[in-house]
Amino acid sequence: MSPAPTPSALGLAAAVRSGERTARSVVEQSLGRIAEGDGEVHAFLRTLEDAALAQADQLDRAVRTGGDPGPLAGVPVALKDNLCTTGELTTCGSRILEGWRPPYEATVVRRLRDAGAIVVGKTNMDEFAMGSSTENSYFGPTRNPHDRTRVPGGSSGGSAAAVAAGFVPLALGSDTGGSIRQPAALCGVVGMKPTYGVVSRYGLVAFASSLDQIGPFATTVADAAALLEAIGGHDPHDTTSSEALMPPLLAGLDAGVAGLRVGVCAELVDDTAPDVAARVRQAAEVLSAHGASVEEVSVPELRFGLSAYYIIAPAEASSNLARYDGVRYGLRVDADTVTAMNTATRTAGFGAEVKRRIMLGTYALSAGYYDAYYGQALRVRTLVSQAFGRAYERFDVLLGATAPTTAFALGAKTGDPMAMYLSDVCTIPSNLSGHPAISVPFGTGDDGLPVGVQVLGPALQEPRVLRAAAVLEAGAPR
Amino acid sequence: MSGLSRDDVAHVARLARLALTEEELDQFTVQLASVLDHASDIEALDLLGVEPMAHPLEIANVLRPDEPHPSLDRAAVLAAAPAVQDDRFRVPRIASNPA
Repeated sequence: MSPAPTPSALGLAAAVRSGERTARSVVEQSLGRIAEGDGEVHAFLRTLEDAALAQADQLDRAVRTGGDPGPLAGVPVALKDNLCTTGELTTCGSRILEGWRPPYEATVVRRLRDAGAIVVGKTNMDEFAMGSSTENSYFGPTRNPHDRTRVPGGSSGGSAAAVAAGFVPLALGSDTGGSIRQPAALCGVVGMKPTYGVVSRYGLVAFASSLDQIGPFATTVADAAALLEAIGGHDPHDTTSSEALMPPLLAGLDAGVAGLRVGVCAELVDDTAPDVAARVRQAAEVLSAHGASVEEVSVPELRFGLSAYYIIAPAEASSNLARYDGVRYGLRVDADTVTAMNTATRTAGFGAEVKRRIMLGTYALSAGYYDAYYGQALRVRTLVSQAFGRAYERFDVLLGATAPTTAFALGAKTGDPMAMYLSDVCTIPSNLSGHPAISVPFGTGDDGLPVGVQVLGPALQEPRVLRAAAVLEAGAPR
Repeated sequence: MSGLSRDDVAHVARLARLALTEEELDQFTVQLASVLDHASDIEALDLLGVEPMAHPLEIANVLRPDEPHPSLDRAAVLAAAPAVQDDRFRVPRIASNPA
């Protein structure tokens, strides 16, 4: 079965705002599609039917009485289950948070509601966002809507699959090393990691705080821009939130790429499968045909990104996840002493990949190894950032693949962590530097499965990155 | 080669409050060593004089005005706790009795 076509979020919002459709009918349709199709996909961990319909009715009353229901009025949205929803389960795909109901709400969730969007459910994910296939969820894997024997990518695989399957037009995920862009590529949808600090992380359960960033999934570049506009901007609750004003993203989206200097980045093409690399070259031709000047560029430092990331992210995770101690929230496995209780709780509550990352990070930060591993990885992070900086003196954006291959088979990489980690090789550099990057669907591979191409830009240049993405979307092979 | 030993893994597991079976210890030693071996490409780089980058933003000590405002509701916070007594988190004993 090929996924059902989804009406665009902006189209739905326009229909609800004009009174042509009720928010209730839009939300009921989304919930109906989930009920019908999600048994096979398992994109959602749970739906929030009652709250969603109540909010829809409230919004419909606002429309009838002439109020402004917001730019995303009535649009169903799915949330990755690491975004806090007050009083509603937020599990991070982990047994250790299986029954946790947060006492507060993530800033992005409040902003979605302010924009009129309606949260219809929480999506599956690799436990604590650690993984590239959504197979590390305590609650079982998600399947790729294009081929149920394949993974959807990860860690935001549930959000990507929910949009790809036509259950919702929009979803939010989080991207620490590619966890929005890689599943977007594997599921054939648009996924964007904004500049670090553009979207508040308040209420995002922390994995690696210097790398984590929330971002949109959508079926179109314009919808992704609209969603980012709705959730972005300064938040005093997040001290790393950027003070820079969120520039308009929708206005000017169709301004084209004439004169844009595009660097096709060898390090993001050469090591990918031949069918993926061919699509990147084809995408470069599309940009060139629309007036961009396209050149090949090599940024060799990017090759060290993977090693640096798999030291830095586990190091930060080992510290962040120390909070799961069985005391204040989540699972507790009782024992006689507090240390034995902490150990029994964490041993039972975390899955194998989370344990691997915690131990790797603990090792990299421990006495005698700190400088050789963590210190060295931070210096490599400087190298990667400076190399991007030099590339952006010559180019306005860089182009590459999002993932080295199309969606792989369930189980193919679960036994070999290093093979799984290599799925992130093209996405990790932008997390290290904090720069924006987007994955746009661009045709299929030899196996008929979606390929994503990636547009990367310098910090806070979301409008430019989105503009190039819009041209690629329009020129993508059908 | 990273030279990561089974004893090293047992040590970090203890530091991280994780109990491993003998089988897990064998498996994690191999898997963690393979990640550290991959990282030998950056271990070999001469980066003396390169400043470490802990964060993408150059910010320090972000302060807010010192004005009182409501914090999370105590009852709502305690409702999420595994065990509570007298408006506090309840834990098993943290010290053993003197011999």
